[in-house]
Amino acid sequence: MIVAERKPIEKVLEMIAPYKKVLVAGCYGCVTVCLAGGEKEVGILASQIRLARSKNGNPIEVVEQTVERQCDAEYLAKFQDNVSSVEAVVSLACGIGIQYLAEKSPVPVFPGVNTLFLGANLDVGKWAERCFACGDCVLDKTGGICPIARCSKSLLNGPCGGSQYGKCEVSKDVDCGWQLIYDRLKALGQLDKLKEIIPAKNWKRDKGPRTLVREELTLERD
Amino acid sequence: MKEIKFENLKSGSNLEKVLVSGQFACTGEIGPPTYASFDVIDKHAKEMKGKVDAVNFTDNQTAVVRLSSWGASLRLIYEHGMEPNLQVVCRDRNRLAMQSDLLAAYAHGVRNVLCLSGDHQSFGNHPGCKSVYDVDSVQLINMLKRLRDDGCFECGAECKVNPKFFIGCAENPFGDPFEFRAIRLEKKIEAGADFVQTQCILDMERFELFMEKVRELGLHKRAFICAGLMPVKSPRMARYMQTGVPGMLVSEEFCQRLEKAEDPKAEAVNITVEYIKRCQQIEGVAGVHIMAVAWESIVPTVIEKAGLLPRPTF
Repeated sequence: MIVAERKPIEKVLEMIAPYKKVLVAGCYGCVTVCLAGGEKEVGILASQIRLARSKNGNPIEVVEQTVERQCDAEYLAKFQDNVSSVEAVVSLACGIGIQYLAEKSPVPVFPGVNTLFLGANLDVGKWAERCFACGDCVLDKTGGICPIARCSKSLLNGPCGGSQYGKCEVSKDVDCGWQLIYDRLKALGQLDKLKEIIPAKNWKRDKGPRTLVREELTLERD
Repeated sequence: MKEIKFENLKSGSNLEKVLVSGQFACTGEIGPPTYASFDVIDKHAKEMKGKVDAVNFTDNQTAVVRLSSWGASLRLIYEHGMEPNLQVVCRDRNRLAMQSDLLAAYAHGVRNVLCLSGDHQSFGNHPGCKSVYDVDSVQLINMLKRLRDDGCFECGAECKVNPKFFIGCAENPFGDPFEFRAIRLEKKIEAGADFVQTQCILDMERFELFMEKVRELGLHKRAFICAGLMPVKSPRMARYMQTGVPGMLVSEEFCQRLEKAEDPKAEAVNITVEYIKRCQQIEGVAGVHIMAVAWESIVPTVIEKAGLLPRPTF
């Protein structure tokens, strides 16, 4: 999932300072799962905003609405009535949802979260990066552990000299991605895979912002 | 002096000639300053002249902004008539910038290049910067080999006048996973490394174990392996390296010898000289690389005491 965290309330208040009526827009997708921007967090932020502004003698009307996914035009349409009745929007979706809503909105849309990474939910309240969205998956060569996301230097051919006791040179709290890869391949009896030299990667940035068009699907719709 | 006839040298560098002729190589290292002056480079270059076969220039070591390694290398060539070993890390440049800098470096007379991953930016003075790591050290080595041997850039396009570098790499016998270290070195040699300078050895037993694995794989016959050594001038620094530097192993004996010594600096020289002599006895070790971080001026003393003078000339 896309992992995000809520922006500090002070930042949000700063962004919406000039406005008297705003929409706090939530998303039932990834940000609901990572407890940053679902219906519950929308309610919390809306209350915080109302409270802070009335305390300052500058009350504000806050409308709340959450849709299935802000990264999908079909669901964004549900915001139509509310966005046309407010002066600004605070979106608690990931950066993708925020931007997509902004594209469709006549009023300014502000980020209520910081979008962090593509990660997994390790435990209650714990998330960690797992994928870099590089566009050319190498997990078959590395025991299902991504060297780009899990190695602090995104090295493709083994650990740097800073790997020790299973930890990364960056911090004793960070596992060395290549130690994990080594241990996994050893357990799988595939240590031979480590001998392969992985060539310099095509980072797939040669066509600008990346897009995906699946002709078979677009034709179907036509 | 006996004249040696060299055939099929890859770069023709002095360091390559020393190693190819079977003589025990000896290189030094200078960390460029964090300001816009060659003063310390000039000072240490004068001290090391005639005492080392080449001088490494670190590339923004510990991710701290310093005068560039290529700039320092050119100074060494033009001002001191000495041979640099240009260190290049993957942290700060993409493949375009690396190849471009190396074309210029070669045209200016640089012949040795040491390819490294580079310390993570979190160690340095710009921890919030965006690191590059477009290529890793193995890929960088291979890029240089293809430039030299195939005359083509990483993209495959022709390079009309191809830089013929003596290609170096590092390996850390003290990092983990230990069993992978020699395999990783094999990958670097397979990718095109001609010589190796190891991470500094402050635990000789572990290094000997590493060299056993190197010999098992026959790597010492495919590349020149130079042992990295560091005179450590204070017991406090030794303890810090033992506990606070990721990827380092410092033996208890090493720390205690410095702690017990009446004159730790003199003891540091003694230990380094001893280690050089031990390295000369290890099958597959072709030379030493002395990196006296923040103590460069001691290098000539160490080399002299180890009986490595005079250095070969060609």
